[in-house]
Amino acid sequence: MLNFFFKRNDFLGGVKVREYKELSEHKPLTKAPIPKRVLRPYIQHNLVRIKPTIEVGATVKVGTKIGDPEGRISVPMHASISGKVTKLEDIEHPVLPARAPTCIIESDGVDLWEDYIKERDYSNLSKEELLETIRDAGIVGLGGAAFPTHIKLSPPKDKVIDTVIINGCECEPFITCDHQLMLEKSEEIIEGARIIAKILSVNKVIFAIEDNKPDAIDKMKKALGNSNCYIVAKLKTKYPQGAEKQLIKTLLNRTVPQGGLPFDVGVVVQNVGTTFAIYEACRYRKPLIERVVTVTGNGVKEPKNLWVRIGTPVYEIIEFCGGYTDEPGKLILGGPMTGVAQYTDDIPVLKGTSGIVVFKKSELKKLGSELSPEYDCIRCARCIMACPMQLQPTLLNSYIKKRDFLSAKQNNVLDCIECGCCAYVCPARIKLVHAFVHAKREIKRLNL
Amino acid sequence: MNDTANEKFVIKELYVSHAPHLHAPISISKIMWNVVIALIPALLGAIYYFGLRALILTLIAVVSAIGFEAFTQKLFSRKITILDGSAVITGILIAYNLPPGVPWWIPIVGSAFAIIIVKQLFGGLGYNFINPALAARAFLVASWPQIMTTKWLAPRSGYLAGFDAITQATPLSLAKHSQDLNTIKILNSWPVIKNLFLGNCGGCIGETSALLLLIGGIYLLARGYINYRIPLAYILTVLILSILLPTKFSPLFHLFSGGLMLGAFFMATDYVTSPVTPKGQWIFGVGCGILTMLIRLWGGYPEGVSYSILLMNVATPLIERYTKPKVFGYKRTKKQ
Repeated sequence: MLNFFFKRNDFLGGVKVREYKELSEHKPLTKAPIPKRVLRPYIQHNLVRIKPTIEVGATVKVGTKIGDPEGRISVPMHASISGKVTKLEDIEHPVLPARAPTCIIESDGVDLWEDYIKERDYSNLSKEELLETIRDAGIVGLGGAAFPTHIKLSPPKDKVIDTVIINGCECEPFITCDHQLMLEKSEEIIEGARIIAKILSVNKVIFAIEDNKPDAIDKMKKALGNSNCYIVAKLKTKYPQGAEKQLIKTLLNRTVPQGGLPFDVGVVVQNVGTTFAIYEACRYRKPLIERVVTVTGNGVKEPKNLWVRIGTPVYEIIEFCGGYTDEPGKLILGGPMTGVAQYTDDIPVLKGTSGIVVFKKSELKKLGSELSPEYDCIRCARCIMACPMQLQPTLLNSYIKKRDFLSAKQNNVLDCIECGCCAYVCPARIKLVHAFVHAKREIKRLNL
Repeated sequence: MNDTANEKFVIKELYVSHAPHLHAPISISKIMWNVVIALIPALLGAIYYFGLRALILTLIAVVSAIGFEAFTQKLFSRKITILDGSAVITGILIAYNLPPGVPWWIPIVGSAFAIIIVKQLFGGLGYNFINPALAARAFLVASWPQIMTTKWLAPRSGYLAGFDAITQATPLSLAKHSQDLNTIKILNSWPVIKNLFLGNCGGCIGETSALLLLIGGIYLLARGYINYRIPLAYILTVLILSILLPTKFSPLFHLFSGGLMLGAFFMATDYVTSPVTPKGQWIFGVGCGILTMLIRLWGGYPEGVSYSILLMNVATPLIERYTKPKVFGYKRTKKQ
C-alpha cells in the first residue's frame, strides 16, 4: 500500500556519496603503453583456481591461452602481451585472501597478436556457439566481482528470462570508466547487448544509467534510435544504485528472493564493460586481455581513463599518469566504497579492476579514509536506514564482537552485499563491513 | 613481493584498511554539538522569561555534568570524552527540566545521578538504557517533591498561567486541579494559548516556549540529526488523543503546555534510548503520546512527558525485538 504513496522506482536505503568524478570525467579513453611485464595470478573470483597450460620459458603471443579452467564456473586465461614466460611463482593475490600461483610474462616489445584474433561474421552463430565463444575468450564480469559471464548467461532450464539489464550506473565514486566507454563505444555496447539478448532469447533490454551522466544517456539514446524493446532508463544518483538486486528493484520493482539470483525474477544484469567485451569476443574472437581502468584520485598527477592490459603492474600505470602528486597514503584497487586497499603499488591489474584510486597521505583524514579509532555505538540508526538490504548492521556488529557468529547468521549477515553504506554513515566510525566480511568467513570456516 | 624492489618507483608502506575508504563528514561530537546548538534558542527564551537565574542554573548543571563525566571516566580508567558534547546535552536537559526557582545544589545532584549512575555505571555513552536527564528528573521529583513541584517562578510579564490571579503553578497543574469553569475558559482562551506558544508562562526552565523548541527541533530535522518519526508520531498522537479523549482543554493547550515539545524533539529522540528500527520508532512515538495523555488526564501528576518517555525507554529493547526490518527479498522466500 505504501507503494501507492511513494515513488515506486526506488530501493530502500542507500546513501548519497560525494562522487569526485570530475577528476577523470570525460577524459578520453587512451591506450596505456604495453607494459614491460605482466603478472597473471591463476586464481579468479571466489578463489577458483585456473590450471596453468604453459611452462616457464615458453614464448607467448597476445591471446595465447596460458590457463585452463578447472570446473564449469571458471574461464580460461590468455596472455595479454607477447613475450616470454619467465617465472611461475606464488604471489599474494591483490584482492583475494590467498597466495596465488602467478605467471610472469616479460614483454618482447613487439606486441605480436595470435592469428585467430580477427574480424569474422558472427551473425549465423548459434546460442551455444556464442556462449562458447564468450567462455573461451575468458570473459568475466568487469564490474568488480569477476564472475564468469557465460554462467550468468546460462539460466537454469526452469527459469524464464524476460529482461536484460545493461548496467551503466557506475555508482562508485571516483570511477568513470563505464561512463567514458558508453560515450565512445555506444554502438558496440548496443551490439553486445543484442548478442546477449540473442543468447537469452529476450526482447527487452534496458540500459540503466544514473542521472549524473546525462551525456551518456543522450549518447545511448541517440545510438538506439527509435526502438521499443531497447530503452535507456535514467536513474536517480544514489549509492548503491548499480548493485544487481537494488537495480532490478528500481527498474522493474521485482525483488530478488533472499539467497536467490536475478534469474529467479527473470532478469540478467550485465555491466557495460562486460557487454563491450562480449561484442569484441564475438566479432573479433578477441579474448579478455585488456580493459578500461580509471586511474584517479588527488594522489595521481593526471587522472585518466585508460585501456590497460590485464596484468600490468600498477606502478607502470601510475608512471604513465605522471606519477604521484604527493606522498601517496592509500592506493585502492577498484572503487573507494568496495575496493581493496593495497600496501604496495607492485601489484597487477586484474580482470575485475575498474579503477585505481590514489589518495594523498595529507587528505586521508579529510576523506575519512584513515584508520580512525572506533567509538561505542550510539544507536543512531543511520546504518539501519542506509542498508539497502534492510539488515541491522549495529545489531550484527554487536553479535560479531562477542564472536556469536550463529546469531549473526540468524540475523542474515550472509545477505550483506558489502556495499559499505553502513560504515560510510557511521558516526562512531565502526568498521561494520570489515566485521561482516570476517563473520562470513568464520561462518563458512565453522560450518555454522 | 617480487624482485622489483630495486626499481625506484615502487611504493610500499601504504595505508591499508577495509572498504569503504570514504566516510561521510559526520562524527559523534558533530551530532552532539549540533543538538547543543538546537537547544540554545530555548535557553535564550528561558533567560528572557525567568532572568539570569535560568542561565546560572543551566551552567551549573552543564559544568557539573562535565565534571562528573570526567571524574567517573578517570575513576574507571576509561577514555575521557567530555569534549564529545554528550555530557553537555545531559546537563542542559537536566536544567531544562527543573523549575526555575530551585536551589543551586539541585542541578548538581541531578547531574551526579544522571552521569554517574544512569550513564557511566551502565557503560557510558551508548549503553544507558534510560535517558539520563529524565532519570535525574524522576530521581529529583521523588527525593525532593516539595522543591520540584512548587519552586515555579512567574515569567517576566508577571503571568504564570496567562493570568496573575493564581500563583505558584504551571498551566498544566492549574488544568489538573481546577474545576472552576471560569479558569478552564481562561486557559482555553486565545491569549493564554499564545502565551503558551511563546513561552510566557510558568514551567520548567527550558520547556515553556514551544516556538523556540520548534525552531531547534526543525534545525535538527533539517540537518538530518534526528529522524522525523518519533517527534511526528508523538505530537500527532497527543493531538489526536486530545481531540478524542474527554478533556476540558483544547488540543492546542495540550500541544503547547508542559514539556511536550522539549520531550518530543530532544528527549524522546535520544539515540541511545529509543528504538533503532523504523517501525519501532513509530511505535515508540505513539506510545509516548498515549502515556503522556493518560498521565495528564488520569495520572497523579499534572505532566506526563518525562514519565512516558522513561517508560518507553524501558520498552525499547522489546520494541526492537518485534520490529526487525524485513530483509530484502524475505517475503518471496516465505511464499515459495
